[in-house]
Amino acid sequence: MTYVGMPTPSETPHETMAKIAGTAARMKVVIVGGGVSGLSAGWWLARSGAEVTVLDKGIVGWEASGRNGGGASHYQSPLFEEEQRMWPHMDALLGYPTEHQQERLVIAVSPKQLNQYHYLAKMNNDMGYRVDLLDGDQVRAMVPLAGDNCLGGMHYRFGGHANPQRSVQAYAWTLQDLGGRIVQHSPVTGFETEGGKVVAVHATSGRYECDAVVVAAGPQIQGLMAKLGVEVPLAAARAEMIVTEPAPMMPIGGVDGNGLYGRQTLRGNLAYGGGPHEWLETFEAGPPARPSSPLTRNLARRVAELFPKAAHLNVIRSWAGIVENTPDGRPIIDRMKDPENVTVVTMSGVGFGLSPASGHAVRDLVVDGQCSFTDIKKLSLSRFDGIGADWREQRGWQPARTEIAA
Amino acid sequence: MHANNGTDPHAIGTKLPAPEARYDMVVVGAGPAGLTAALAGASEGKSVLLVDENPVPGAAMGNDVPLLFGGRMTTATQNAERMLETVFMSEPMLEAAMEAGIEVLLGTSAWGVYRNGTGITGLPENVVALADKDRGWIVGYNELVLATGARDLAIGFPGWNQPGVMGAAALERLLAHYEAFAGKRVLIVGSHDFALETALLAREKGVEVAGLVEVRSAPQGDAALAEAVRAAQIPFYLEDAPAEAIGGIDGVERVRLRSGAQIDVDTVVLAIGLVPSIELIDAMGGKRVLDGARGGYIPGDNAGVTCVGDCAGLADTGFDHVEYRMEWARELGKLSQPDTIICQCEEVTRADLLGVQPPRYLDRPAPMQARSLDTLIQDGPPNPDQIKRLTRAGMGVCQGRRCRDQVAMMLAMAANGPFGSVPLATHRAPVRPLPLRILADWEESEDMRAGWDVWFGIPTQWVPYRDIDTPREREHQTAIAEGWSL
Repeated sequence: MTYVGMPTPSETPHETMAKIAGTAARMKVVIVGGGVSGLSAGWWLARSGAEVTVLDKGIVGWEASGRNGGGASHYQSPLFEEEQRMWPHMDALLGYPTEHQQERLVIAVSPKQLNQYHYLAKMNNDMGYRVDLLDGDQVRAMVPLAGDNCLGGMHYRFGGHANPQRSVQAYAWTLQDLGGRIVQHSPVTGFETEGGKVVAVHATSGRYECDAVVVAAGPQIQGLMAKLGVEVPLAAARAEMIVTEPAPMMPIGGVDGNGLYGRQTLRGNLAYGGGPHEWLETFEAGPPARPSSPLTRNLARRVAELFPKAAHLNVIRSWAGIVENTPDGRPIIDRMKDPENVTVVTMSGVGFGLSPASGHAVRDLVVDGQCSFTDIKKLSLSRFDGIGADWREQRGWQPARTEIAA
Repeated sequence: MHANNGTDPHAIGTKLPAPEARYDMVVVGAGPAGLTAALAGASEGKSVLLVDENPVPGAAMGNDVPLLFGGRMTTATQNAERMLETVFMSEPMLEAAMEAGIEVLLGTSAWGVYRNGTGITGLPENVVALADKDRGWIVGYNELVLATGARDLAIGFPGWNQPGVMGAAALERLLAHYEAFAGKRVLIVGSHDFALETALLAREKGVEVAGLVEVRSAPQGDAALAEAVRAAQIPFYLEDAPAEAIGGIDGVERVRLRSGAQIDVDTVVLAIGLVPSIELIDAMGGKRVLDGARGGYIPGDNAGVTCVGDCAGLADTGFDHVEYRMEWARELGKLSQPDTIICQCEEVTRADLLGVQPPRYLDRPAPMQARSLDTLIQDGPPNPDQIKRLTRAGMGVCQGRRCRDQVAMMLAMAANGPFGSVPLATHRAPVRPLPLRILADWEESEDMRAGWDVWFGIPTQWVPYRDIDTPREREHQTAIAEGWSL
C-alpha cells in the first residue's frame, strides 16, 4: 500500500501508532476548531493517550474542511512524505471510510498549461517524486472523458484524493471511539491563563480545564489568538466549486487541470473548483453566509473544456467555502512561547490532504515541543514578525466593498 | 515576501460580467400570479421580462424536475415544438402579455439569483441567471417578482420508487397544460383541497379515479369539494394508507392498502401536500419562515423581491399542512420496510438513512455499522446537510426534490422534535439541473481569463519547502504563476 513514485517509508503508520501510544497519558488537551486540522491533531493526541476535547462553533468539518477538492498530493509541503505515507492506511486506522484513492492526472488544454505541467513534473522528479509526462493520446487512453483538445498532461505516481466530508466525520468519530469528546455548537469565548499557560478554555457550553491548547479555528484563529495577545496575520476569502451528476467511472478519478482542482467522486460526480476568489471580512462567529456567484458559469465552461465528453452532464449544485490564508500562503504550525502550552495550526487553504501529517506535527509540538519527522521551522509564526498592519492592503487582499453583516 | 502594489490580479475584482440585458421588472413564472404581476408592471410603463420554464425538457421531466412526474408523461413531451404550442395555448393570458409589450420567454428557467450582500460583494449588480435549451445568460433587474408556484411533496412507501407514482402538481401540469398524461386509472393519496381538485380535474379530463386514500377519519378539504367528489362516485378510503405499490416493468399495476384492499391502478398520485417553491429565494440567501398554514417554509421579507402566488405560501384556510404531512410521514414510515428507498437518485434506503450509513460502494467496517442517527443526535441536533453528506440522500440529479421534505420529517421524528426543529437542507444554484455546456459562459471577459487561477494565486504557496529562501524560489514562483492565466 505504498506509492510507486515515492521513497519507501522507514516505518509503517501502524508502527508509529504503537510507538506513540501512552506518550501523552492523562494530558488534557482542548482543541479549538473541529475542522480537519483540529480533528486530525485530536486524533493523533488521543492515540498518544491524551484526554482530548474538541470545541466547535457549529458542526465538525462544516467550513472549508468539508468544502474542498479533496486532493492529497502536496509536494511543496514539508509534510508531503508523511501525507503520502499515511493516506493509504487512513481507512484502516480510522475505522471509517474516507474514499481515499491513489494517483492523480493533470491534463492541459492550452500550450501555457502544458508548459506549466512540464515544469512541475520536472520539479517533482528533481525531488525524487515520480511524475510521468503524457501526450494527448496517452491522456485520452487514460481519461475517457478527455477530448481532442487535450494536448497532454502529467501523471503523478503518488498522491491521490479522498472525500472531505466523509474523512472529517471519520476523524471525529474515531476520536470519540478513542474516548475523546466533541462538543459542537459551542464557540470559544475566552481563555483563562495562569503562569504563562492557558489553564482553561471558556466556551458557551462551559469551562474546559486543560494542560495544552491547540487553536485550529481557521479564519477565526486570528480573533481567538488576539485574546491571548498573539497576532496571527490571516485573511479570509471565498472560493467556489460546482458538481455534476454522475459520469461513467474513469479508471483514475483524480483528474484535473485547465485551471481547475477537483476529482471524480467514487459515485461518479465531477466536482471541480478554481478561479478568482473574493477577499472577505472575518466575523468572530464565523461566516454568516457562503454564497456562490455567477462564477459557476466560468467553472462550468472549464469543466466542459477539460472533459468535452461530459459537456452534456447536468450541474446539480454549486457551493462556496471560506478559506483563510497567511501572507505567504504557507501554513503556520507553531507552538507559542507565551502562553507556552498553546499550539497554532492553520494550513492556509491547503489543509485537507495534508491533515494526516499536520495532525502528527501538532501532536509532536504539543507533546514533545518539536516535530519528530520533518523540519517545519519555516512554518513558524515568527516569520511574520513586524509584517505591518497594512499587509492585506499591500497585497490587495482587503474586501472590495463592505459586506452587509447578517 | 512579495508585493503586488496593492492589487490582487487573481481576486474577483470586476471580473464578473455585467448582465447582457436589463429590465425594470423580471417575473419568474408565467402562471396566473406571474402574468398578473407582469401585466401590472407593463401597464405602469415598465420594461418587463417574463420567463417560464414550461415546457420543461423531457430529460428533466424524467428526473422528476421540477415536479414529480413519475414517468407518466407521454412521448409528446419529447416534441419541444409541439409542447411549446400546447403550453402557449393552455394559458390565454400569455397572448395578452405579449400584446402588452412584455418580453415572454417560454422554455426558459431561472436557475439563480445573485445579489451583493453577506459573503459576496463582487457583483456589478444584482442579476437573475437564466437558461433555455441552447444557452445560459444573466439579466439585471430593478424589481424581481417570483411566481414559481409550488412543487409536489413526496413521502415514500414500499414500491413508490417506480414509474407510476407521481405528484398531484405534476398530474395537473400534464393534464391541464401539456395534454400528455400517460395513465388511465389513478389512486389519489390525500384528501385536502388540492387532492379533491385533482380528482375532479382527472375525472373531467377522462381519467378514471379509483379513489382517494386518507389517513385521517374524514376528508380533509373543503366540504363542497368533497361533496362534488362523492357526487362523482369517487370513493374515499378513510383511516387508510397505501402499504405497497405493486407493479411490473412499466411501473405500478395495483396498490395494496393498509386495510388489505387491493386497487388496480396504473398511477398513484401523491396529493398529501404542496411545497412552496422557494428554491431561488433560499439559494440567494433570502429570508424564509415556517408557516404550517401556508404549506411549510415560505419566503420572508426580502427587499427588492416580491413573491406572488403559491410560492409566497398556500392560501391560509386554517389547515395545518405541516401537521398533516407529518401524520402521513409517520404512517407511511410505519408501513415502510428497512429496504424501502428514501432517496431514489442515490438509492438510499430507510435503514441506511436512519443508520447514517455510507453508500453500498463503500465498506462498512464495524465502527461504521455501530453509528446511527441516534449516535449522531447525541452530538447535536440533526442537520439534513450533514446527513446528506454522509448518506448521500438528497445528493442526486433531482436535487433532492423527491426526498428533501421526507428526510427533514424523518429527522424531526427521530429527534422527537417538531418539523421546524430541523434546519432546512440548503438549496444551491443552479436550482435546476443544467448541462455544463448550457451553464457555461462561453463569452467570458479577457479579464476573467487572464486573472484565472487554480487556488488563490499566491506563488509562494507552491514553492517546494526545501527551496524556500534559496535562489531557486524566484524561478519556481515565476514558472508556476505563468501557467495560471489561460
